[in-house]
Amino acid sequence: MRMAESLDTRWAVRWIQETARVVAENRALLIDLDRVIGDADHGENLDRGFSAVIAKLDAGEPPATPAAVLKLVAMTLMSTVGGAAGPLYGTAFLRAATSLGEAGEIDADAAAGMIRAARDGIVARGKAEVGDKTMVDAWTPATESAETAAQAGATAPEVLAAAANAAHAGAVATEPLIARKGRASYLGERSAGHQDPGAVSSALILTAAAAAAGGEVA
Amino acid sequence: MSVALVIVSHSEKIAEGVVELAAQMAPDVVLVAAGGAEDGPGPARIGTSFERVQAGIEQASGGDGVVVLTDLGSAVMTAEMVLEFLEPEARESVRLAQAALVEGAIAAAVHAQGGASLDEVVRAAEGAVVSVRPEEFEPFVSHAAASPGQGGASDGASSAAAEASAGPTAGGSWTLPNQMGLHARPAATLATGLADLDAEVTVNGVDGKSVMLLMSLGLGQGKTVTVEARGPDAQAAVDFIGQAVESGFGEPA
Repeated sequence: MRMAESLDTRWAVRWIQETARVVAENRALLIDLDRVIGDADHGENLDRGFSAVIAKLDAGEPPATPAAVLKLVAMTLMSTVGGAAGPLYGTAFLRAATSLGEAGEIDADAAAGMIRAARDGIVARGKAEVGDKTMVDAWTPATESAETAAQAGATAPEVLAAAANAAHAGAVATEPLIARKGRASYLGERSAGHQDPGAVSSALILTAAAAAAGGEVA
Repeated sequence: MSVALVIVSHSEKIAEGVVELAAQMAPDVVLVAAGGAEDGPGPARIGTSFERVQAGIEQASGGDGVVVLTDLGSAVMTAEMVLEFLEPEARESVRLAQAALVEGAIAAAVHAQGGASLDEVVRAAEGAVVSVRPEEFEPFVSHAAASPGQGGASDGASSAAAEASAGPTAGGSWTLPNQMGLHARPAATLATGLADLDAEVTVNGVDGKSVMLLMSLGLGQGKTVTVEARGPDAQAAVDFIGQAVESGFGEPA
């Protein structure tokens, strides 16, 4: 484990680079999960989206704040992803960016607030609830764990690690659920028995956030 | 200028097809297809594009407002996001209809063609739900599914209809002389012509102001059209339909 680092603009860039890397690495897994209960495009769409984000980060001036990094992510995902993940993650990163304001560095409370804002954005956009077998099933426990950790005096990287662990557990717990939102909901009971691809990619993104901060993720 | 429509679908072809279909009944309405997602050069892939929807709304602006119709999931969410990004002033004249794409687009286009207001066009789109029970080959009509608690396509006239319920009544029956019967264009002619009349009109039991419900009757050549009307303009409505049917809607017999 690396030393816990402060969450600044460089962290935000590392987070996105790490996300792009793990999304590419898990592209086939996400496609497979989406093939059985959706339209098989989640892995491809996300990989395309985050590759486009990296291309923009590499091409332009580095953004000035963590919020500016997240806003660039949001705008790029919205225009390049195509599937439901575009507007959902677009909204999540946009709300997360807004919650951070102009801050150059993110403390534990701000980190938890950022995750809460992203989660609330996904709920507002997709109108799914906990138990619907969607990314909300990863983001909601992640938000609760992050807030509990922040209140207990954890550091910002520890808050992210708590969120990542809870998101991962939440994604795994979607396996027996019957989908009630999105394309998978048309399958009814046949959607049970597989993890939700959106919940899995959400766990990957939050794990990348923690890894970029040097936080320990189980 | 009338109200314009933007059709958002995962499929570029669906969006273009819906525009093509609706244009047949609404030649003067601005109809913009915003389907599929960009993927560099070559054909669009399946998906929805923030930029395409944004550009579509921009292209459709300038008239009496814009109604956006969508198909599934991300099309709805992408359209919502584009609306959130509009300037407040522009936002006021753009509506996202919660409607079945094909039925809603046709109903909306016909009303827009008839000069309906933005609210009326949205209501027409949201009220247009028709499906058919194939085993019976009889139209099964559900308004409630589109807008629970509301009457459906004829809502625009619901208050007028309520007042009209005590008014004079009129009726009549005619045989369809034209080869094509009561197909899309004649249905649109009737619905549009009745829209402004202060009367509750049923044609073979369905709302005569709803082009979708008229089409759903599936009345072919030689079938009987039976009209019942109630309200101040009841006689005018019956006369209008009678003349239109007798003339075969200007189509070959």
